[in-house]
Amino acid sequence: MTDHQPAIRLEHISRHYSMGETSVRAVDDVSLSVPRGEFLALLGSSGSGKSTLLNLVAGLDRPTSGAILANGQNLARLSSLELARYRRNTVGMIFQSFNLLPRMTLEENVELPLRLAEVDRPERASRVREALERVHLTHRVGHRPTELSGGEQQRVAIARALVNRPQILLADEPTGNLDSATGEAILTLLRDLRDELGMTVVMVTHERLLAERFADRRATMGDGRLLEVTANPKGALE
Amino acid sequence: MKPRDLTDLALRNLREAILRNVLTTLGVAVGVASLVAMLSLGVGLQQLASRRLSQSGLFDTIFVTPKNSFRGVGRARREMESDKPPRPLDEGARKEFEKLPNVIEVFPQIRFFTEVRFNNKPYATVVAGLPESSRNSGAFDGMQGNFFSSPTADEAILQIEFAKDLSDKPASLLGQAITLRYAERQAIPAAGDSSSAPSEASEGFSVVPKELKLKIIGVVETEPAAGYGGYGNARLLMPLDTASTLRAAQVNDLRDIVRGSTANKVTFPSLSVRASSPSKVEALEASIKSMGFNAFSLLDASKSLRTFFSVFDLLLGIFGSLALAVATLGIVNTLVMAILERRREIGVLKALGAADADVQQLFFVEAGVMGLFGGFLGVFFGWALGRAITFGTNVYLKRQALNPIELSSVPWWLILAGIVFAVLVSLVAGLYPASRAAKLNPVDALRYE
Repeated sequence: MTDHQPAIRLEHISRHYSMGETSVRAVDDVSLSVPRGEFLALLGSSGSGKSTLLNLVAGLDRPTSGAILANGQNLARLSSLELARYRRNTVGMIFQSFNLLPRMTLEENVELPLRLAEVDRPERASRVREALERVHLTHRVGHRPTELSGGEQQRVAIARALVNRPQILLADEPTGNLDSATGEAILTLLRDLRDELGMTVVMVTHERLLAERFADRRATMGDGRLLEVTANPKGALE
Repeated sequence: MKPRDLTDLALRNLREAILRNVLTTLGVAVGVASLVAMLSLGVGLQQLASRRLSQSGLFDTIFVTPKNSFRGVGRARREMESDKPPRPLDEGARKEFEKLPNVIEVFPQIRFFTEVRFNNKPYATVVAGLPESSRNSGAFDGMQGNFFSSPTADEAILQIEFAKDLSDKPASLLGQAITLRYAERQAIPAAGDSSSAPSEASEGFSVVPKELKLKIIGVVETEPAAGYGGYGNARLLMPLDTASTLRAAQVNDLRDIVRGSTANKVTFPSLSVRASSPSKVEALEASIKSMGFNAFSLLDASKSLRTFFSVFDLLLGIFGSLALAVATLGIVNTLVMAILERRREIGVLKALGAADADVQQLFFVEAGVMGLFGGFLGVFFGWALGRAITFGTNVYLKRQALNPIELSSVPWWLILAGIVFAVLVSLVAGLYPASRAAKLNPVDALRYE
């Protein structure tokens, strides 16, 4: 695998659901290539299929047809165990509602992927600390998620997504539950991390302005189809 | 996930819904307790019965009689006509029995009808000699007074009914003397002892009235039964050795004299041969029969007793298991509820890279932990329940002036089986919820609010 190869390549991806007798085409024949280190925003209104597409890339769902090439493997052909391993080692994911486990402390939440990856205990501690340092949250490690603000919770979620050092970071409406100032801070953090660690970021959002400011490219979806892919001019943030 | 992380996570999850999980665990505990209590009663009763029965000597004793006794008239005559006369049951036969393998004791049945005098009043009664081994027969466990101080002591133990005949307060008899009047058998010297040679014919015997003073040392409530035909009807018991030195005339003496076959030789109406264990009885019985005697044992009764207890235990086990079956449903219910509650969490775990097997194992471990705790608690509850039943029974027995018994017994295998069974049942109960949780679609699970 060379650096010229894209981090993610979607080839004629479709995802159909059958609801009773009708078939819903959530994603319909989408082809897209995301180069390594790119920050891609997936835009679209509700029901446009952007979240479904993100789940397919995350290995949480399987396409009805087409191929998803990530990290050199076709996700559509992986067994459920291989898919779990892919989610564990290759991708990190953050969500609109943070999805931290409420009864665990920040430290334990961040440690969870390391437990699933069967990383040894001594190494876990240092990797958790490193991940929390990256999101500037080392001072509240013993707290529970409910004791934190929304922005802080999302930073913990980012630390959790980073702790297994993924090549791809997937974000599903990461600013949806945050006020605009906090949302911006989170996206700034994501971009800085991308710059620092060189990973590929795919973010689903419906906020065009944020997408324009932070992403390298914008892919817009409607009715399950990819409508357009637009590159943001460099330095749009400034 | 590593086992330690898995357990850690499972315990954390169980702690989270502490009330519900404690209640479910208690359900398992009650189920196990009922099973353990039932089986402990079964085991206890079985131990009680087999201890009493083996102590009683009923199942390790072979009752030997000569061939010519207990026979119908016709058969006896036919045997009399056969070439070989039946072997007498005499001291020689007794010695032979003692030399057989696995024999621990051979003792004769000495019992005779006689008269005793107490406070100068005569009482007719049956006297029986009691072998030293009767001490452990269980019949004397709750007696008033003591067992014989030595196998040759001039002491007597009275049966309560007889004691009541003698005195209104049987306990007051202890230490008092009672006079035994009996007929001693004395061989008649050969006729014309000085002038002619002793003839081959039997001279017979004469009976001479004699007296023996015995000290009453005990009053027994239950009838000891060593061997069949035991001492059931005997009302005055004395040490066997003391009784045999009396040479008291016995029922069979007259018969032997008439037959003229055993002049001057003491024969026994019957001998009890005690085997080292009930399992040796069958072979021993066969070799005694081959020596030319009649032999009986109650082994078959002991076998059917064991069958009875197996069926009894099975029934108790089934009733005990019913509560555990209900507890199993409780576990299924709790875990299915937990899936609904933790749907989103399962989704998150899967998004973070948990495989189906990880989720399945997590639920499995949770079920197993509930089973393990339930098992431990249940065994303890079951043991306590057994103790309580034993206590209650003994209070009742005490009111009825009976001896306390050990009604329930929790052997180590029952403890182990209770815990293992609880864990196994819980894991089976966890099968369905665990596989359901594992199959949960992560996308749906994450969308779940």
